Amino acid sequence: MIETIVFYLFAFSTVVTATAVVTVRNPVHAALFLVLTFFTSAVIWMTLEAEFLAISLVLVYVGAVMVLFLFVVMMLDINIARLREGFVKYLPLGIAIAFIMLLLMLNVVTSDIFSSEAMLEPAAKAADYSNTKALGSVLYTEYVLAFEIAAVILLVAIVAAISLTMRKRSHTKYQNPSEQIRVRKADRIRIVKMPADGE
Amino acid sequence: MTVELSHYLILAAILFSISIAGIIINRKNIIILLMSIELMLLAVNLNFIAFSHYLNDLAGQVFVFFILTVAAAEAAIGLAILVVLFRNKQSINVEDISEMKG
Amino acid sequence: MSMESIYLTIPLASLAGAILAGFFGRQIGRAGAHWVTILGVGTSFVLSCLVLKDVAFDGAPIFNQSLYTWMVSDGIRFEIGFLIDSLTALMMVVVTSVSLMVHIYTIGYMHDDPGYQRFFCYISLFTFSMLMLVMSNNFLQLFFGWEAVGLVSYLLIGFWYTRDTAIYANLKAFLVNRVGDFGFLLGIAVILMYTGSLDYYEVFDRADSMVNATMEVIPGLDWTVITLACILLFVGAMGKSAQVPLHVWLPDSMEGPTPISALIHAATMVTAGIFMVARMSPLFELSETALSVVIIIGATTAFFMGLIGIVQNDIKRVVAYSTLSQLGYMTVALGASAYSAAIFHLMTHAFFKALLFLAAGSVIIAMHHEQDIRKMGGLKKYMPITYWVSLAGSLALIGFPGFAGYFSKDAIIVATQNATVPGAGYAYVMVLLGVFVTAFYSFRMFFLVFHGKERMDQHTKEHLHETAPVVTIPLILLAIPSVVIGWLTIETVLFGGYFDKAIFTLSEHGSMAAVAEIFHGPLNFVLHGFVGPAVYLAAAGVGAAWYIYLKKPSIAEQTREKFGFIYNLLDQKYYFDRFNEVVFATTSRGIGHVLWRLGDALVIDGLVVNGSARLVGWISGIVRHVQTGYLNHYAFVMITGLILLLGWAVLG
Repeated sequence: MIETIVFYLFAFSTVVTATAVVTVRNPVHAALFLVLTFFTSAVIWMTLEAEFLAISLVLVYVGAVMVLFLFVVMMLDINIARLREGFVKYLPLGIAIAFIMLLLMLNVVTSDIFSSEAMLEPAAKAADYSNTKALGSVLYTEYVLAFEIAAVILLVAIVAAISLTMRKRSHTKYQNPSEQIRVRKADRIRIVKMPADGE
Repeated sequence: MTVELSHYLILAAILFSISIAGIIINRKNIIILLMSIELMLLAVNLNFIAFSHYLNDLAGQVFVFFILTVAAAEAAIGLAILVVLFRNKQSINVEDISEMKG
Repeated sequence: MSMESIYLTIPLASLAGAILAGFFGRQIGRAGAHWVTILGVGTSFVLSCLVLKDVAFDGAPIFNQSLYTWMVSDGIRFEIGFLIDSLTALMMVVVTSVSLMVHIYTIGYMHDDPGYQRFFCYISLFTFSMLMLVMSNNFLQLFFGWEAVGLVSYLLIGFWYTRDTAIYANLKAFLVNRVGDFGFLLGIAVILMYTGSLDYYEVFDRADSMVNATMEVIPGLDWTVITLACILLFVGAMGKSAQVPLHVWLPDSMEGPTPISALIHAATMVTAGIFMVARMSPLFELSETALSVVIIIGATTAFFMGLIGIVQNDIKRVVAYSTLSQLGYMTVALGASAYSAAIFHLMTHAFFKALLFLAAGSVIIAMHHEQDIRKMGGLKKYMPITYWVSLAGSLALIGFPGFAGYFSKDAIIVATQNATVPGAGYAYVMVLLGVFVTAFYSFRMFFLVFHGKERMDQHTKEHLHETAPVVTIPLILLAIPSVVIGWLTIETVLFGGYFDKAIFTLSEHGSMAAVAEIFHGPLNFVLHGFVGPAVYLAAAGVGAAWYIYLKKPSIAEQTREKFGFIYNLLDQKYYFDRFNEVVFATTSRGIGHVLWRLGDALVIDGLVVNGSARLVGWISGIVRHVQTGYLNHYAFVMITGLILLLGWAVLG
């Protein structure tokens, strides 16, 4: 019973906050609402016994990605008014399309193959069952190649993000050690012959 | 009354529809568009986890793990592009970036 | 060594020489090139003589065997094979001996030419092609040799390929020969269609089936197949042997080096047509119409081309027109069913015409490549050897009693007199008049070159001297047969039944029998010549030439002024070139222009190539508006697509 209450409570808040993300005026607020959406989703994932992913959603997404979002949104000087143009005009269209989409999807997900008779509640796990451990054991064995590729993707993303945003600074001064070592006398000293003062 | 699989699926469908509506109505703000995409991925992830739970198969969670990875990378690069774009155009309005027009 | 391998060696020796000189010319050097080709052709010559001895004196049976089957298609065998009989053996000796002389002569003539090795490669290749042509036992190989000699002729006329005139001349030769070859190919096709075979003997055996069959050439006009086939084959012969109206290429072919004029355009290749008709005698005999066409065309060529020779001033062109005229004589003989006389004249002509050409070449060398006879004169004292051999050649050409040309030409004249085909009367008058004309232009040239005033400039005069032995030795070697070969061989070749197995004559075509009746040994034949008008006509021609060009040169000038119209007609070669230019060249250029404009530029380039590009451009010009560049549009399209797919999957 308590699970049901928790689900409905957080499902409701997820929907509300998600709606707020796409409708609020200020992008900063939208980002904050998205953070809230992630939090509530994490709770729902918790009820599905996906503890590791729920935690990493909070840590990775809320902690890193969303902070990055907030950082960018706050850094950029955005003209909100221009960005809101056509919001009202396109609202009915957006709602209509979302509604059609929802109806189509509901048509599928409410069919009998996903009913409680077809999809039984799985048996409760043992007390010492660890979701993290189980996930880790498949991730490092069965999916190790994909795992490595994911690591490479992240690395590439880091390099890409840095190289995209890096700017050459024109006024920095630095030393080139190899040039300093290779220097010769002729490069630095010039012997100038001058006539003696003939007076 | 217990929570069934279809409840999670309906929630995911609603989330997905909201993000679709978000893409359409916030057609000019790239940041919101990126956020809508994050929302979409969240909806998909929810489906994966729900099925993983009900089918008692960890593959779904592994998949979510990878989606999170890719989504993080995507967000990082997307925001980097956004910053460069803003630096050059002083705007993140979609209508200002149409150089690829045919 | 078996006969078969000897036969095989004869053409292949020449081919080997050509390959070595052509592909490895740089490695073996100039001397290497002429040694290797002369060795190859020499081998062919010696072996050909062996074959001739075998066939003519030892009475070897006819060798008719296919050596290699290229392919069999629908029962028709495409083969390479040899047919060695008396006709072939004679041709082989003629071809290889003249070719050998020309090879030796070329060493001197082309001495300073940068294309030395290339030249030797070509002439050896030519010898190979000609041998393949005459030794063939089927139409396919005949056609191969036919085209191969045409190709080599093309290459050699344009040997000095930096001269515009040479390129023009070889293109002309090639195009005119294409016309003839087209007829030839059609003729082969007709024969293949009605007999189902390419082999000579099989075709001859089945020739009767073509006599009765008819074919609608143009609607409402039925021809017997044999007539059609023979006339088409003769069109090929007209091209190769330069008969009116396909003769126009031969005078221009004198653009090539002189040895080539001697080898190809006088002695051998141009006789391919004569040889072919003689070889096809079992077919031509069956069609009176075809023989009539042959004799009329030949007579026309013999007389009218000789006339042109009178007004030419280029030493080689005079000889070229005399070649045309003599080829006309051979063709007349063919039309009169005197095939053996035609081949006999072919043989004697090969020697004395090669001699005349090489002598002309010798004069040209001495004159520092000056070819205009108006700028020569009095060369007798500077070039005695050339003088005497030229005299021998000219006497042979005009049919001076006792010389080689006399026997063959007189045989032709008598045969024509006794021929029964329609047109024979015309031909008889033409060949008789031709004798006068031949004598006139031959000695006109001879007197202008070797006698009279020395009209060359001082510089040339100082350097005048007899040419090197490498030039004069072939001349002397050719002069000997030019004088004696008629005397020695007439009895064997014409009346000894030499060609009995090779040439077929219907008994009612008794022209050769008539010649045989009056023939009682060579000496008697010489004396008999004084009975007919030919000898007196020749003497009159020589006398007229002497009077007009040596005694009173002013007459020539006066005559030219008086008969300006005729002079122009001859000088313009009866306007054949002009006619071809205006009618055929302009028409085909016009057609080409229209096809270029409509077919190429409009349909292919305009509609197909550029049109499709423009269509794509037009469509993409419309479609590109879809590519707005706005992110939200793409997103919207993606979402729409997603909904449609989802709707199709869920509801469909």
